[in-house]
Amino acid sequence: MDIFDIIGPVMIGPSSSHTAGAVRIGRIAYKLLNELPIRAEIGLCGSFAQTYKGHGTDKALLAGIMNMHTDDIRIRNAQEVAKSMGIQYHLYTTQIKGAHPNTVEIYLVGKSGNECRMQGASVGGGNIEIRSVNGMEVEFKAQQNTLLVLHRDVKGTIAAVSNSVAASGMNIGNFQLCRPKKGHEGLMTIEVDGDVKEEDVIKLKSLPNVINVVLVRAL
Amino acid sequence: MEFDSIQQLLTMAEKEKLTISELTLQTQAQQCECSEEEIYDQMAENLHVMLEAIKNGSVKDIKSTSGLTGGDGWRMSQYAKKKGILGEFFNRSITYAIAVSEYNAAMGKIVASPTAGSCGILPGTIISMMEERKLPEKSAVMALFTAGAFGMVIAKNASLAGAEGGCQAECGSASAMGAAALVEMAGGTPEMSANACAIALKNQLGLVCDPVAGLVEVPCIKRNAAGVSIAFTAAEMALAGIKSVIPADEVIEAMRQIGETMPCALRETGQGGLAVSATGIRLKKEIFGD
Repeated sequence: MDIFDIIGPVMIGPSSSHTAGAVRIGRIAYKLLNELPIRAEIGLCGSFAQTYKGHGTDKALLAGIMNMHTDDIRIRNAQEVAKSMGIQYHLYTTQIKGAHPNTVEIYLVGKSGNECRMQGASVGGGNIEIRSVNGMEVEFKAQQNTLLVLHRDVKGTIAAVSNSVAASGMNIGNFQLCRPKKGHEGLMTIEVDGDVKEEDVIKLKSLPNVINVVLVRAL
Repeated sequence: MEFDSIQQLLTMAEKEKLTISELTLQTQAQQCECSEEEIYDQMAENLHVMLEAIKNGSVKDIKSTSGLTGGDGWRMSQYAKKKGILGEFFNRSITYAIAVSEYNAAMGKIVASPTAGSCGILPGTIISMMEERKLPEKSAVMALFTAGAFGMVIAKNASLAGAEGGCQAECGSASAMGAAALVEMAGGTPEMSANACAIALKNQLGLVCDPVAGLVEVPCIKRNAAGVSIAFTAAEMALAGIKSVIPADEVIEAMRQIGETMPCALRETGQGGLAVSATGIRLKKEIFGD
């Protein structure tokens, strides 16, 4: 936790959980896609589904997937901005069993055909938790720089990844593994202290049995 | 960075011979491996956003996006000039809380402190105190660190989200944070700050989150004003040497339990309380047409 999570963020109103938190979840989706989307499917559940109109949650999520920050005044007109950028979006309400009251699922398609699917929750005061990425369970808050390492479940891969992280001078603050099935694909979620350089990410990508690495920088 | 409990905060401050704000600033700088100046400047920037929000929210013609609220900050500021019952200082404090909350509802730029729904309370307490006592800006910036430290413990052991804990978690927490900060600004001890935090929070336990039409307007804006008055009352009592019989950490635990047992209808879903009053339902229809 950071003091500026409590006294902050500086944001466009009216709701830290339903506006600022929503911008942040949207931004994580943008980062995962790594480009501007051309299509977006946004599913709201719980309190998000009940009250999104009044809180501008729809505008906030759209602003986020266009990589806007919580204090960007264009959030007020995010629908118009999205249309002018040629983004086709569809908003719907849904139910997800056992999900946090402020949960959203987002599916994005990018210009170059990239896709990403994620689920996140706004847990109060503008803080968020990402719960799943492309069908894999994760749990990170994007308060630290976070590496998502998609890999094949082969002996020694985790050791190789953590060695490479250590060799780059980073300290691992948190590590999670999601491996739905032995011998198939798995996802490491690695939160690190301090800065992460692009070349560190490239090094990780070059490791055997690593399929892809996404760096989500701290919000 | 984590403070596990208010007790830990007090013990650490005593051991290091620091105020809570100094301790918090130092701990934050160590955690993010940057200088205390950088952290201080970032907090000063937050104070400047608050000052700007007071100014922009106090104008006569401000209106929320829904059209439901706006103009009460201006109304209150005019009344404050006439001193009212409790004097200009108190009424200006309330003015600031309303102005910032109204500006938030108008999609203005504010500091969530700790949330947007409760963003008027710290400006209403800390900034009015700074002006009244003619304290340097530094005193208000440091007060935000104190407020933040108390907010952190509440976030860790209970919740700051109306959707999880009701309004006690939002306006209640902000008021408790403001009370603790006021005590430090007035020269009180960390222990007095803890008592002020406990007293303020106790007086808002069980407060439900029942926004009309799901908007952060009714009753949120007026609860910000009330949160400011509870913060001042709690700070005054603590500075007088009055102790909270229930220690702050136990009050926070009680708040968590109450939040957990609160029905969903009273946790920011717009399905209970004032939101389903006859007027609440009518306003929702008028705004959204369904």
